[in-house]
Amino acid sequence: MKNRPHLSHHLIHSEKGMASRFGYLGLVLAAFALMLLGKADVEVMEKVRSTVSDTIAPVLEILSRPATAVDQVVDDVTQMTNLRNENIRLREENQRLIEWQSAARKLSSENQQLKGLLNFAPGAEPGFVSGRVVADSGGAFVHSVLVSAGARDGVSKGQAVITGDGLVGRVHAVGSRSARVLLLTDLNSRIPVVVEATRTRAILAGDNTDRPRLVHMPPGATVSAGDRIVTSGHGGAFPPGIPVGVVALVGESTITVKPYVYRDRLEYVRVVDYGLQGILDSNFAAEGAGVIK
Amino acid sequence: MSSNEFDVLATSGSCYARHNAVFFTLVLVVLGQVPLHIPGFAEVAPLLPLMAVYHWAIYRPDLLPAIAVFMAGLLQDALSGMPFGINTVVFVLVHMVVMTQQMFFMGKSFSIIWLGFSLVAAGATVLTWLLTALFYSAFTSPESAFIQYLVTVGVFPLLAWLQVRWQQSVLAQV
Repeated sequence: MKNRPHLSHHLIHSEKGMASRFGYLGLVLAAFALMLLGKADVEVMEKVRSTVSDTIAPVLEILSRPATAVDQVVDDVTQMTNLRNENIRLREENQRLIEWQSAARKLSSENQQLKGLLNFAPGAEPGFVSGRVVADSGGAFVHSVLVSAGARDGVSKGQAVITGDGLVGRVHAVGSRSARVLLLTDLNSRIPVVVEATRTRAILAGDNTDRPRLVHMPPGATVSAGDRIVTSGHGGAFPPGIPVGVVALVGESTITVKPYVYRDRLEYVRVVDYGLQGILDSNFAAEGAGVIK
Repeated sequence: MSSNEFDVLATSGSCYARHNAVFFTLVLVVLGQVPLHIPGFAEVAPLLPLMAVYHWAIYRPDLLPAIAVFMAGLLQDALSGMPFGINTVVFVLVHMVVMTQQMFFMGKSFSIIWLGFSLVAAGATVLTWLLTALFYSAFTSPESAFIQYLVTVGVFPLLAWLQVRWQQSVLAQV
């Protein structure tokens, strides 16, 4: 009889343990089911993500302001200490730019005349929406940022995202008031580019490092460190000529590019609507993801 | 005060404490997304909610149940842009593993708790890396993941201290 309470206590504990183990198993299976669903139906999961992002974006907007203010103060102090050297550098740069301005005016006038001769029909002026970067942390596994502009501001999937320095990436998912931008360094980013000087076509493939690679170069193509890389316009996703970066390293098997845009300096970005839809609409891309391996 | 009234107060206090711990963990998920504009930091930013999952699983598992850990993982996946389910499964497994070792960790010195976290975080990083590779059918450079792991382990003492302070303030009100 003495053992009975001990036995029942033990039974309750083992029952609790069993229930707990089944609980964990259920949660782990649910998480794997979500992963499979994310693979099978990208659209549904992106809608869920956009809804969550839309809800949290106003909070992130407020939270990101102090960090930006601190960054601004640090930046101001750094600039103050470098004021003299910066002034000398800017004077030299200004001199060079005045020379370039004169050349550009001459070329612009010549361009206008040639367009007139060819009856050239100019494309529509691109529209743009400015957004603030409110979240940036996929850690080591995802390179994307959340921007505080969404469908209600005219942002749509596939649009190019740029800063004054160059291409940031493309809009990957859109919510009502927020949009997720896939950076050109992300593992899933593929951008058709050309080497500006030689017009050699290639694809800029992100690999989750800060130096994306140039792939699918034609055989015999020559590239040197320092060459400028710009978008090619192929595939219809982006217009040609958006600055992307410079060739950083030409190795035996890999060519890496240093983007013009630094992820840590992203504060405001421009989402640009060039009126291009790209060669793959989202439905086709989702279907294709299951077929193309 | 009758015993019934006391029970109601105790239940509402426990409910408050539980919501507080869950809220703390969700706040860490959101805080982890804030851009800090530090060069190279975004790629190696510490995984703050993992520390919360570890901490509450050792000291007060009743305040952060497995279902709340699951929800924290989902929120982390949604906000970070990771495929849904990856952080979720990692957080739930970390909670499960720490719960099985809870008796070992109770009353141990901070250095043992920190060492324990470094092992758990290592497992979590490797699992995240493998699941990401499986999902995208491509291996990413392990370098950033390793540095993120080191940063996460390095930040742990500061966050552990904050969590202990939070825990004390919560328990003082219950």
